Amino acid sequence: MKKFISVLLVAVMTAALLTGCGKDSSSNQVVVYNWGEYIDPDVITMFEEETGIKVVYEEFETNEIMYPKVEAGASQYDVLCPSDYMISKLIENDMLKEINFDNVPNFKNIGKQYVDMSKDFDPENKFSVPYCWGTVGILYNKTMVSEPIDSWSVLWDEQYENNILMQDSVRDAFMVAEKLLGYSMNSTDQKELEECRDILVNQKPLVQAYVVDQVRDKMIGDEAAIGVIYSGEAIYTQRENDNLEYVIPKEGTNVWIDSWVIPKNSKNPENAEKWIDFMCRPDIALKNFEYITYSTPNDAAKELIEEEDIKNSEIAFPDLTKYNNLETYVYLGEEADEVYNTLWKDVKSE
Amino acid sequence: MKSKSKVLSTPYTIWAIGFIIIPLIMVLYYAFTEKDGSFSVSYVAAISDPTNFKALMLSIVLSLISTIICLLLAYPLAMILASSGVDRSGFIVFIFILPMWMNFLLRTLAWQTLLEKTGVINSVLKYLHLGQINIINTPYAIVLGMVYNFLPFMVLPIYNILAKIDKNVLNAARDLGANEFQVFLRITFPLSIPGVISGITMVFVPALTTFVISDLLGGSKILLIGNVIEQEFKQTNNWHAGSGLSFVLMIFIVVSMLITNKYDKEGGAVL
Repeated sequence: MKKFISVLLVAVMTAALLTGCGKDSSSNQVVVYNWGEYIDPDVITMFEEETGIKVVYEEFETNEIMYPKVEAGASQYDVLCPSDYMISKLIENDMLKEINFDNVPNFKNIGKQYVDMSKDFDPENKFSVPYCWGTVGILYNKTMVSEPIDSWSVLWDEQYENNILMQDSVRDAFMVAEKLLGYSMNSTDQKELEECRDILVNQKPLVQAYVVDQVRDKMIGDEAAIGVIYSGEAIYTQRENDNLEYVIPKEGTNVWIDSWVIPKNSKNPENAEKWIDFMCRPDIALKNFEYITYSTPNDAAKELIEEEDIKNSEIAFPDLTKYNNLETYVYLGEEADEVYNTLWKDVKSE
Repeated sequence: MKSKSKVLSTPYTIWAIGFIIIPLIMVLYYAFTEKDGSFSVSYVAAISDPTNFKALMLSIVLSLISTIICLLLAYPLAMILASSGVDRSGFIVFIFILPMWMNFLLRTLAWQTLLEKTGVINSVLKYLHLGQINIINTPYAIVLGMVYNFLPFMVLPIYNILAKIDKNVLNAARDLGANEFQVFLRITFPLSIPGVISGITMVFVPALTTFVISDLLGGSKILLIGNVIEQEFKQTNNWHAGSGLSFVLMIFIVVSMLITNKYDKEGGAVL
């Protein structure tokens, strides 16, 4: 009897393990893989109610974490929202499906300038539909700095020792150094990059912490005077703390776009197109903008914004022609990626 | 009889093969191959790279310090627990384990809030005009995090073994003229060594491999070997490099366990 029970137990456990793995692919669903906190949750519910398509929603923290999961193909995502340089990597490795724009009529709401900007990483505009865009800049606390800030060099100013928050991601950290030294943020020159590493090492004693999402909370909590942050977070932090100011440094910075793409192994590409079209609808884009405060490339949605100061905000919708040396990241290839990673590790271990 | 025990062990065997043996083989495979699948020791040898070696040394130093502090804190506590009555010690142990019911990550995050420049502790100190402590984002905070998180793993095995020591043995020693200090040094402590050893292993090994504590309390400024491995897997997406370093770390763990076990046996032989 005991033997029977133990055999039964094993059988049940194994069966439970196996059934857990299988996914019902025949059902009407769309598997979305997006950045964390990058959508108004109500929008997902609205999409499900209007289309009857079930949404399976997953989140990632960085482009680098997303890529191997998509590459492995185990999760079979239907629609992703990577950044510019990661999209070119996906295109280069033949991992994306062309979008059928007949199924995305709301694409017309996307501003032409953003579609043109997308050509940097998606030359024929075949694979991607812009979702959010923005800049990287300095967020500072007016009460904690002695003069107005307009340059990356402030991140090397010794009077702010232990009051500086840096981005804990390779490309963003090197971008700051590259721009300060007057190089391109897409440089692959070993000597230039080593110079960047050296000044980042020099900066390290002044840095309070290397963080990603926590810049927001730490700046709101007066924990630091200066932080490197994405423009989309700036409006949110200002709502919470009046003393915070966002600036695009005069040396130039990164302009980025996060766009929807459909991976090649998508099981429900039609549903993915419906999802993308839904995201481009002006009222939905507006709802997302108000929730996540990242700049929307949706011109029709921008027109719907009621608060004048947000609509004309230099943070949310800067006039890019006013700034010099703005650049977008491009995919640099595996070798260059390795150089960046090795040098970044040097900085972190110093 | 034999076949019965075989059947009973089946679930564990399946578990061990699926979740211990196969992953270990995969780590070994990745550690000793290049991206094209050819044999190579370069990823294991990467530990001699100054960056990686420094991270490993720093991990060893910090986890050794944490282990010693844990031992110094845990032993007296375990003795108090073991010598007090069953009801009372049960309650104290319960209080002691209570925080462990909360998620490890949350507790570490709580320390971050406590230690921050404008955090809880500093606010209180400021209010009392007692100066400030600035240990967040330094190795001190990491050691504090390790000690806080792993202390119960030191206390429980020592407490268990102390509680099991036959009181008659101690009384016999006293009858034969030993004072309390001699009783401790020659009876209690030698008998408790197996508990101390398992406590040391249970604190040292997780402290050596942690990456969450150094990330949260070190502000990502201090790179431990765990952080290097984590980055190889998550950021760089180089499983070979990550596995190579994991393999080296495993060797260190096995060696440290062999040393402690050997010491354990010698200690037993002296008795």
